[in-house]
Amino acid sequence: MMNCKQATRICSESLERPLKTAENLELKVHLAICSGCRNFNRQMQTLRNLARDYAKESGEEGGIKDARET
Amino acid sequence: MTEVSEAAPSAAVEQLIDPGYLAQLRVQMLKFAQIQLGDPYQAEDAVQEALIGALKNAGSFARKSALKTWVFSILKFKIADIFREQKKLIATSAQEEDSDEAAFSGLLFKDNGHWHKSQRPTAWEGPQGGAYSADFWRVFDACLNGLPEQQARVFMLREFIELESDEICNRLNLTTSNLHVTLYRARLRLRQCLESSWFASESAEQIAGEIGL
Repeated sequence: MMNCKQATRICSESLERPLKTAENLELKVHLAICSGCRNFNRQMQTLRNLARDYAKESGEEGGIKDARET
Repeated sequence: MTEVSEAAPSAAVEQLIDPGYLAQLRVQMLKFAQIQLGDPYQAEDAVQEALIGALKNAGSFARKSALKTWVFSILKFKIADIFREQKKLIATSAQEEDSDEAAFSGLLFKDNGHWHKSQRPTAWEGPQGGAYSADFWRVFDACLNGLPEQQARVFMLREFIELESDEICNRLNLTTSNLHVTLYRARLRLRQCLESSWFASESAEQIAGEIGL
């Protein structure tokens, strides 16, 4: 049975490579019973989207520009 | 990228040669480049070349994106070029790093590998489409700066420069599993930082003030 530490690692790896069938299955079972890891899994995709917006945001008014000045 | 535009001085050029604007843009670019390259001189070169490239090609700036976004995309290409030219060996003290990571992991997970109750991830409320406030990006910036150097570098190459895993492994002389572990650790830290500094806080502005932003 997968624990949260293992499950979060697999969540992160799923952004890097296709998961093996067994891994995928074990992860799904874990996510079904663990809300913390379900949130974590969603946050992985959010984090990727945020990172990709980050450089863009710095180009827009009121973005990181202000932060760098203070 | 090498063609010099014959067009009349565009608004983009005027904005780029405005000393105040340029100085501010350079500072941001330098910081970005330095995190990637880890070397102030190389960062300076990359920024210089990116700005020259931007000025030369200002005629082709299509106004589809903000000027800064466009200049940053030129900078990303320059940084990727530099990595292509020289495979970078990064000496890391593996043992030291591992003990830091074990300590961090111990904060998040119990001995049985399940979340400590206080650390269990919560649902993040917030816009998903890039409409976060300036305060949010300040916190994001601070969290990113809080990552160990190698984690920040790998994360940024993967997620900002959007290099493929293979390419990062080649350039940084990492094995695929090193890369995956490093990305995992970076993500674990980043999400923990974002959650505690932003998503879990009732008053984000207040927190931003507290952490000195």
